[in-house]
Amino acid sequence: MFQTTRRALLIAAALAVPAMTLAAQPAAAEKVLRVIPHADLKNIDPIWTTAYITRNHGYMVYDTLFAMDKNLKPQPQMVDTWTVSDDQLTWTFKLRDGLKWHDGAPVTAEDCVASIQRWGKRDGMGQVLMTVVESLTASDAKTIVMKLSKPYGLVLESLGKISSNVPFMMPKRFAETDAFTQVTDMIGSGPFKFSKEEWVPGSKVVYLKNEDYVPRDEPPSFAAGGKVVKVDKVEWTYFPDSATAMNALIAGEVDYFEQPPNDLSAILKTTPGIVVEINDPLGNMGFARFNHLLPPFDNAKVRRAAMHAMKQEDYLLAAVGVPDNFSTCYSVFPCGSPLENDAGSEIVAEANIEDAKKMLADSGYDGTPVVIMQPTDIAVLSAFSLVTAEKLRKIGMTVDMQAMDWSTLTSRRAKRDPVSEGGWNIFHTWWIGADVLNPMAIAYSGDPEKGWFGWPADAELEKLRADFAFAKNLEEQKAIATKVQERLYAIGSHGNLGAFFVPVAYRDNVKGLIKSPVQFFWNIDVER
Amino acid sequence: MFSFIAKRMVATIPVMGVVALFVFLMLRLSPGDPASVIAGDYATPEDIERIRGQLGLSEPIVVQFGNWIWKLVHADLGISIFSNLPVTTLIVQRLEPTVMLSLTTLFFSVAVAVPLGVLAAWKAGTWIDRAIMIFAVAGFSIPVFVLGYMFIYEFAMVLKWLPVQGYRSPFEGLGPFLRHIVLPTLTLSVIFIALFARITRASVLEVLEEDYIRTARAKGQVESKVLISHALRNAAVPIVTVIGLGIALLIGGVVVTESVYNIPGLGRLVLDAILKRDYPIIQGLILMFSFVYIIINLMIDIVYTVIDPRIRY
Repeated sequence: MFQTTRRALLIAAALAVPAMTLAAQPAAAEKVLRVIPHADLKNIDPIWTTAYITRNHGYMVYDTLFAMDKNLKPQPQMVDTWTVSDDQLTWTFKLRDGLKWHDGAPVTAEDCVASIQRWGKRDGMGQVLMTVVESLTASDAKTIVMKLSKPYGLVLESLGKISSNVPFMMPKRFAETDAFTQVTDMIGSGPFKFSKEEWVPGSKVVYLKNEDYVPRDEPPSFAAGGKVVKVDKVEWTYFPDSATAMNALIAGEVDYFEQPPNDLSAILKTTPGIVVEINDPLGNMGFARFNHLLPPFDNAKVRRAAMHAMKQEDYLLAAVGVPDNFSTCYSVFPCGSPLENDAGSEIVAEANIEDAKKMLADSGYDGTPVVIMQPTDIAVLSAFSLVTAEKLRKIGMTVDMQAMDWSTLTSRRAKRDPVSEGGWNIFHTWWIGADVLNPMAIAYSGDPEKGWFGWPADAELEKLRADFAFAKNLEEQKAIATKVQERLYAIGSHGNLGAFFVPVAYRDNVKGLIKSPVQFFWNIDVER
Repeated sequence: MFSFIAKRMVATIPVMGVVALFVFLMLRLSPGDPASVIAGDYATPEDIERIRGQLGLSEPIVVQFGNWIWKLVHADLGISIFSNLPVTTLIVQRLEPTVMLSLTTLFFSVAVAVPLGVLAAWKAGTWIDRAIMIFAVAGFSIPVFVLGYMFIYEFAMVLKWLPVQGYRSPFEGLGPFLRHIVLPTLTLSVIFIALFARITRASVLEVLEEDYIRTARAKGQVESKVLISHALRNAAVPIVTVIGLGIALLIGGVVVTESVYNIPGLGRLVLDAILKRDYPIIQGLILMFSFVYIIINLMIDIVYTVIDPRIRY
């Protein structure tokens, strides 16, 4: 009896383990692209925040009226045809057929009008556009009419903006949400649907293929062209530890690693089955931003002396280290972009400590300590801070380096108070090339009230930026951009620290990556 | 006993009140502001102030504290500033991985450490004792993340026996759960095995000098029974105390392990919230951890009465 019972128990146990194990088998034949994104997705409203991860999420779920191609030209995306009146004041956009929201309702012109208005309240380029928009209406279900008070040269560039805040289209009922309040329902018309039930903020996001999406016929080119989805699902799993992320990619537990750190990408490059390449041809532009309101950098001569000490190679070697992943770029506009030029760039191109020392001595610098905010949780910016401290000390400045995390820095950089009351003198950051393609970038503002942290005040710079917005053609834009760059260097707007490129790494069974400043997940196939 | 438990539960209220005040003030007085993180690079000071207003951060501190306490007494931990989801939802999402990791670590550590400690005490002064104590010192000294990387390298990358990262719920299959929990458990257990083994050794060694141990041996009791039924039983109180303290350490250790092994647990949730200044999450989690720790201390005190019948409340 006992032996029978014992045998029965053993058989039951032997059957139970494989049964429980079988319960874990994934659905057969579902093609899943497993991605490690560069940050965790905490906010899901791409108009409410400029965070790049939310922008990338926006591209999954939403679509845009226009989109930028690899030649940096806006191309129609949701728009089928458009016309401009002879006086350049009336723009009429007709939507493509077959556009639907994820809940099945058709996309209408009213939805788009509300979406543009909401975007125009938050985005810098959008705000400038809205200053010349007299009216924005839906003349019928598929036609948007934009009437301007004067001709404006950047209408399509604004509506096809590639980076934050991207003018994503939302259903009217969501687009009417206050621009400073988050939209919480992700109903878009994009190539993927957001699976809210599977979202674990800070850890995992799941996107499902939108079977009703109608892609354009053109091949993909940056954000433009056909958005053909070749997988059933895309899973973003954020890894807080880069070494574990690297190992997971090597072990085949994930397919794509968006931004491996430079030291780890060097290991991945030599690993069989892994491809490492630069996907963003425009790269990132390093900035050392001065506070123009407080001494000593309220003096343009002191700013220019500091700029003249900032040799780009030193910054890039310290922060990036891998020569293939950086290059000097003395233009304030990304090298390789249409507005690249070298006007006024001698101050950075011929950086020299001895000359900078003389410039500082001539400036009347009185020894006021320079507070550098060092974000120790971001390796590149921490390295930039250390190099700046060394450079400024070498030319004779007194430096007070203050270590903090990025969150503390973002709140402190908004303060205009004196240093003794929590103010600052220098912080470092970078802009992706796509965000500083032209003088309209907020980083190049000369308006101390509405401009970017650092608050340079220069009426001439603002006039040039306004002229750029109304330039009639590319030649005129180039001429103005040259003057803008000259002016930025003349007033000592910021230290230009050069360009660096963050590679992507993926398994060699992943095909179809689109080279772009923003990583897109349509067109990608995974061969299993 | 019941009146003891009731008194302890009532005493929890002022303790939680002090914790609530402390964590609230600590956050509000620390540098950093979620509004400026939210506002982003295009923010003007007006934008940041507007967001602060929407988040209730421009109210006087006393008003903010009062609002939060009012919600707390209604069991509302608030809404995450960044994800706009209820804090309770976020905690429930992340609770299981942390609980599973903590339980497996605790059980494994106790199961390995106590016998090791008893063995070391029994063989005090021999090579066995020294080997165990060397292991204990090493285990206590090596950082958790270093151990994690070493285990990942050996067991996942070289031998390919186990996965590199991730968590699978036991409700999705026992096999995947065990495969994914082994390495994180081993990683986190090492330090606790070291700690518990040392304390066990010291406590048992002290008890082995007692007269009743000599008497038990003189009466012909087998050595295993002397060690377990007499020595360990009498040495258990300080061991249980350290296990209780270890649970508090576990909360800190879990953060690092969850990061290294990519486990979406509460440790990572609180770390992310601190970096972003997501006040409702930080406040809610610290209160929850404090409450859990109070309950664990109460349970430890109750366990004393089981181990040592002389202890009565």
